[in-house]
Amino acid sequence: MTTLIYSVRDSTTMLRRDIRHAMRYPMATFAGAMVPVVFLLLFAGVFGHALSAGIGMAVPPTGGYIDYLTPGILLMTACSAAEMTALNVSTDMTEGIIARFRTMAITRTSVLTGQVLGGLIRAMISAVLVVAVAVALGFRPTATVIEWVEAAAMFAFLAVAVSWLTVSFGLLAKTPAGANSLSLLVVVLPFISSAFVPTATMPAGVAWFASNQPFTPMIQTLRGLLTGTPIGNDALLALAWCAAISLFSYLWARNLYNRNRAA
Amino acid sequence: MSESPPLRPAIQRLTSTTDASLFGQSQPDSFEHRLARAIEVRGLRKSFGKTVVLDGLHLDVAEGSVFALLGPNGAGKTTAVRVLSTLLTPDGGEVRVGGYDVVRQADKVRSLIGVTGQFSAVDNLLTGTENLMLIAELHHLERRTARRKLADLLDRFELADAAGRTAAAYSGGMRRRLDLAMTLVGDPRVIFLDEPTGGLDPRSRRTMWQIVRELVASGITVLLTTQDLDEADHLAGRVAVLDHGRIVAEGTPDELKRRLPGGHAELCFADPEALGRAAAALDGSCRDSETLTLRVPTDGTPASLMELLGTLERRAVRPERVTVQGSDLGDVFLALTGNPQQETLA
Repeated sequence: MTTLIYSVRDSTTMLRRDIRHAMRYPMATFAGAMVPVVFLLLFAGVFGHALSAGIGMAVPPTGGYIDYLTPGILLMTACSAAEMTALNVSTDMTEGIIARFRTMAITRTSVLTGQVLGGLIRAMISAVLVVAVAVALGFRPTATVIEWVEAAAMFAFLAVAVSWLTVSFGLLAKTPAGANSLSLLVVVLPFISSAFVPTATMPAGVAWFASNQPFTPMIQTLRGLLTGTPIGNDALLALAWCAAISLFSYLWARNLYNRNRAA
Repeated sequence: MSESPPLRPAIQRLTSTTDASLFGQSQPDSFEHRLARAIEVRGLRKSFGKTVVLDGLHLDVAEGSVFALLGPNGAGKTTAVRVLSTLLTPDGGEVRVGGYDVVRQADKVRSLIGVTGQFSAVDNLLTGTENLMLIAELHHLERRTARRKLADLLDRFELADAAGRTAAAYSGGMRRRLDLAMTLVGDPRVIFLDEPTGGLDPRSRRTMWQIVRELVASGITVLLTTQDLDEADHLAGRVAVLDHGRIVAEGTPDELKRRLPGGHAELCFADPEALGRAAAALDGSCRDSETLTLRVPTDGTPASLMELLGTLERRAVRPERVTVQGSDLGDVFLALTGNPQQETLA
């Protein structure tokens, strides 16, 4: 029990450290939070017309392409925050302070947990910005209060899962630049999902991949909760994927953090 | 470059006495004995790939003492500290700190130790106060206790004025002091200082020495690594000379110095001819034709010097200049590591 209390305490201490880091360069942090908003503006304003014309059938009856698009951008928001987390972790590992943490009797992975929680907060703030701008552009969610809460929970699970994955990337890469390249995976993968266009409009092979990759059920769940499209078993599938990715990535990250480092 | 020969016989003598006095008569590991030892290392081995870094290291550090690991770059000093501070797992051997095994009881060891490494372990994005507070929180100190301790440390390490600035803006000396202050937040019983004054200017170095002395006065055990002979001489009660992952000598600085016979006189001549005649007249001398100097072993007493000069006078050779040097740890170091290149030494 005391182990658990100390573990929570150490992780919140590390979270405060992460927040202090973010506050030290407010402009960089703000710019990071704005990236998904830029994507939203690009897809809504630049590609939106052509895309919605091409996929006219799939647009929810209550709104335009913006209703279809926003849940997809929310997924990208989580991925974009996670990309930042990978960079933070990787930069952190090059600092001497990590060696000090390793020689202290503290919860071993608390520094990583702190980064994941910090990433979650950044993702949440960014998501609020995205929804606000989307509403200004014509996004009309149909969600009830409960559905909003469920959507927020879904978003949090997904942000945590992707963050643990990118924490592993950050630990795996030897340099921050390497971490950046690895986390491209989570930045590019949403494009091959139902984020921007329905999977049915894609060529057969791509469509199969897009329908079965983990991000699609997550987007479909968010979309269902916010705009009333059918969810089916996507919610269960999404939660299962989140749990699996979180567990696998946590263990991987812990293993990477604990391994001996030469030098 | 042929300056070492007169030291060679001494090396043999030295290494043999080391083996006998140090490891030959090592006491049985009684319980009482363990308590008195803050650090105990037996046959520690560590390799990175095919490179053997630590090759059967033995160390005993008594509680409340300062122990210096002296060695050139690449001797294995940092690796030894990293194993002792639970950052690296050893390939073989037994390593105990405060009686706890560094592998099986790593967390017990971590609660006893503090490490200040070669590369400063401070958070550059946080201010001095925030850095110290971070460590205090990780030690689960009560907030009021933490504040008092922080104020005290900032004061003691002359960081009060810079407490509100981010560590990135600190000078080398300030950063090192903050680093050590952070190490002390948790009241460690054993401190590892890996090259604590590397890269510091002379004044910061003196300050650091003073701090280390105060630590020891408060009963903390200190193991420091250094390539600076002067530093080992000034700070450490015992010195172990590390070379290629092995201890080649151990003792108090005085013991080590005493093991070398006296010092030497350096005679400088005007021309090679005089140098040649002087070399022929003096047994055990070592000539350097390039600088026209002759190095002659001597205990430095006036009588022996007069005899030395008398010998030369009788052969009608007169040196231009004579300098006499007592043996310092440098002589010991060179003799033991067989490394006449001084470039790795401060």
